[in-house]
Amino acid sequence: MIELTINGTTRQIDVEGDTPLLWVLRDTLGMTGTKYGCGIAQCGACSVLLDGQATRSCVTPVESAVGAQITTIEAIETLPVGKKVVAAWVGGEVPQCGYCQSGQVIAATALLQQTPKPTDEDIAAAMTNLCRCGTYNNIADAVRHAASAA
Amino acid sequence: MDGMIPPFARAAAGPRLSRRGLGAALGALVLGASLPRRMAHAEGAAPPPPGTRVSAFLEIHPDGRFRLLSPFVEGGQGIATTMAQIMGEELDVDPARFEVECAPPGLDYAVVDGMRMTGGSSSTRSSYAIMRRLGATARDMLLRAAATRWKVRPEQLVTENGQVLHRQSGRRLTYAALAGEAMALPPAETVRLRDPRTFRYIGKPFARLDMRDKSTGRAAYSIDTRVDGMLQAAVQHAPRIGAEAGDFLNEAEVRAMPGVHSIHRLKDAVAVVADSWWRARRAVETLKVDWKPGQGGLPEDFSSAGMLAALKAERGTGAVAEEKGDTEAALRGAAKVIEAEYDAPYLSHAQLEPPSALARFNADGTLDLWLPNQMPELFQGAAAQVAGLKPEEVRLHSPMLGGFFGRHFLYDFANPFQQAIQLAQAVQRPVKVIWSREEEFARDAVRPMGFTRFRAGLDANGMPVGLQAAVVGEGPIGRYFGAAMGNPPVDPSMVEGIVERPYAIPNRRIDCVRHPQPAVIAFWRSVGHSMNEFFYESFLDEIAAAGGKDPFALRMELLKDSPRQRDLLRAVGDLSGGWKRGPYEAEGGKRARGVALASAFNTEVATIAEVSIAEGEVQVHEVWVAIDPGSIVNPAIITNQVQSAVALGLSSSLLEEVVYEKGAPQARNFDAYPILNRTRMPRVRVRIIESGAPMGGIGEPGLPGVPPAVANAVAALTGQRVRSLPFSKTRFGAV
Ligand code: FES
Ligand code: FES
Repeated sequence: MIELTINGTTRQIDVEGDTPLLWVLRDTLGMTGTKYGCGIAQCGACSVLLDGQATRSCVTPVESAVGAQITTIEAIETLPVGKKVVAAWVGGEVPQCGYCQSGQVIAATALLQQTPKPTDEDIAAAMTNLCRCGTYNNIADAVRHAASAA
Repeated sequence: MDGMIPPFARAAAGPRLSRRGLGAALGALVLGASLPRRMAHAEGAAPPPPGTRVSAFLEIHPDGRFRLLSPFVEGGQGIATTMAQIMGEELDVDPARFEVECAPPGLDYAVVDGMRMTGGSSSTRSSYAIMRRLGATARDMLLRAAATRWKVRPEQLVTENGQVLHRQSGRRLTYAALAGEAMALPPAETVRLRDPRTFRYIGKPFARLDMRDKSTGRAAYSIDTRVDGMLQAAVQHAPRIGAEAGDFLNEAEVRAMPGVHSIHRLKDAVAVVADSWWRARRAVETLKVDWKPGQGGLPEDFSSAGMLAALKAERGTGAVAEEKGDTEAALRGAAKVIEAEYDAPYLSHAQLEPPSALARFNADGTLDLWLPNQMPELFQGAAAQVAGLKPEEVRLHSPMLGGFFGRHFLYDFANPFQQAIQLAQAVQRPVKVIWSREEEFARDAVRPMGFTRFRAGLDANGMPVGLQAAVVGEGPIGRYFGAAMGNPPVDPSMVEGIVERPYAIPNRRIDCVRHPQPAVIAFWRSVGHSMNEFFYESFLDEIAAAGGKDPFALRMELLKDSPRQRDLLRAVGDLSGGWKRGPYEAEGGKRARGVALASAFNTEVATIAEVSIAEGEVQVHEVWVAIDPGSIVNPAIITNQVQSAVALGLSSSLLEEVVYEKGAPQARNFDAYPILNRTRMPRVRVRIIESGAPMGGIGEPGLPGVPPAVANAVAALTGQRVRSLPFSKTRFGAV
């Protein structure tokens, strides 16, 4: 049994220790807000917060997440910064197909938790997730907007 | 290629559904819970024409919810919101109150020229009048129901956001309270539509309805579906389409892996069914298969390089796609003749949601199937064939799409639903198949490779007097609709963007030279336009250069008989702060601009791009787009669709190329098939112009102008003319 702390709740999970956290979330726990895009840490659709760091869960063995605080998109609005980010995403109408956006919101939340007033360079360095719909300009605007929201 | 389901063979004839079969699907689609059964489905009556039966499109629930059943699937283009805006305008209900879902298969939804699809940038323009009429018809029924109840004349009543009002007496009733009675009334033959000058929703930047769900992980896609008792499957495709699975070399080892339920041989693949997808994937990738060459499929020596060489070597004359004047004579008499050859590679759709399909056979023998698709009735029919059922025994669900761009039509070997059906039959349990990103790159159907040979003649003043083009290759319309269309010699999806250009070149001849491509080809955002405007508009800049003319000024001159495009060119010039070609100094470096026009899906577009060169690569800083779709529904959605089209146009032209070797695509993930990331995204400014021309498309037309605008800017800056995409193949010297 592997014990994980996900969105503040302790979960016992019976899987191989090297199973990617992504598939534990999606299959074992049925939390499908975290998305699978590439499986090789290229796209960021699978991002979750691991002790506040944006982490690509498709390449994170579940055993390495033991003891960490895992926050997924399902609980993002329980974080004050996450709530602001979601508001900026909705207000700025960022998503198109939406498939990448769980990961984008996670990445933006991690950035603004660590760097409340990011420069454009900070945004570029942190927001590396792919979006095939090309919502990049709206994403950058929404990050700036969330940063400026009191 | 043989032994395949002809993907679009049934499409042109329209969906094949019996009235009896529709009963099951449509029984649920009632307007208001109290709708009498006999109204839901009049057995034996002639089917009403598509797009006319209110109850197929609208449910008004007693709790005040408005459910709109859309003929179209939402995949980021904003069509759910657009439908709610149009329906809400005439029904007099705030669009924000609608829940929009993609309707199940049914004749009612064949509103795109008698068929149903989400594609061709056709959704809004095909259904605008239909949705308005449906909304107005429903409103009229609600008014009459209220009039009967209150014993007043309908003319004395008004509506206000979901309520009927009798001003004189101050009485009011919600639509929900009236829905049952309203739907028992016969719909009026003619209804009055709202005066467009009083529109509150149409034409406004109404907020899209799905923003919250998509920002909080609640939006559910096919890949997220699950049902009780479901197993999951992963596949390993044959190394090349056509190869067949021989022996399994380590079957016992794989069977013993955790969670493994069973191993299966399928057409073109092997599959492992397991209790979770990760375990299935692990197992199927561990399985060692002795693949045999097999029959048919992609030739073992097929390569994209070989294909391009074959297209270049093709000297057939083909069929005339456009002819005006005497081009041969014009070229013979020209003061100067220039020639050029252009090519563009195979492209992957690379939508971010990998394909999946969930199949569940029910106790009564019917099948429920969830899958990403752009044509529900077509997939329903195909699924029925695979399952050995009648189409009406297949309940097809079309969840929201995690991007599509043409990916989710029915292409040979490119869809996982056949695998899901066969596996569900084999294991007698519901099965969800997900293709890993690697398997998706292995089987995605590709944008065709394109090749065009141009010649132009210029007079002594540098003006083009004749233009000749041979467009060589194959297009998806010809491949998938050719037979249904009686095999016309010209494939419109090959030549669009090269024929019917707005320029006053007096003599021109465009030939369509068909040369089959073994690869499984696809529709890809803007189809032939995705490369043809690059070819044509780049060559037009070569003409300008040969004649010593500024490319913007030359276009203006050639548009003397095309006022709509002339206005648009002027508009994009203004938007960019006035046309300047450069090179010029900006932000510590040299930059230049290029311009291009595109006419696609009845929409006109003018694009200007600003570029520089850094470390040998093209950097695009700014893109200005003026777009004239005639008339519009939601300017905010249009602006976002243009942003998206610019991104995809740039991504494809800068970076993307599917390379085949030995009959198989080489790149299997985003590391080897890079797509545009945030650092390469330019600033994009959009101006929407409503010329009043018939409504055009939105999702695709923003794309075709981008590659040539960039190419023309690069030529202005470096003097180097890129005639082969993607740009990343060319290294540029310092400027
Ligand atoms: S799915 Fe993890 S980075 Fe793409
Ligand atoms: S919104 Fe579609 S991939 Fe980002």
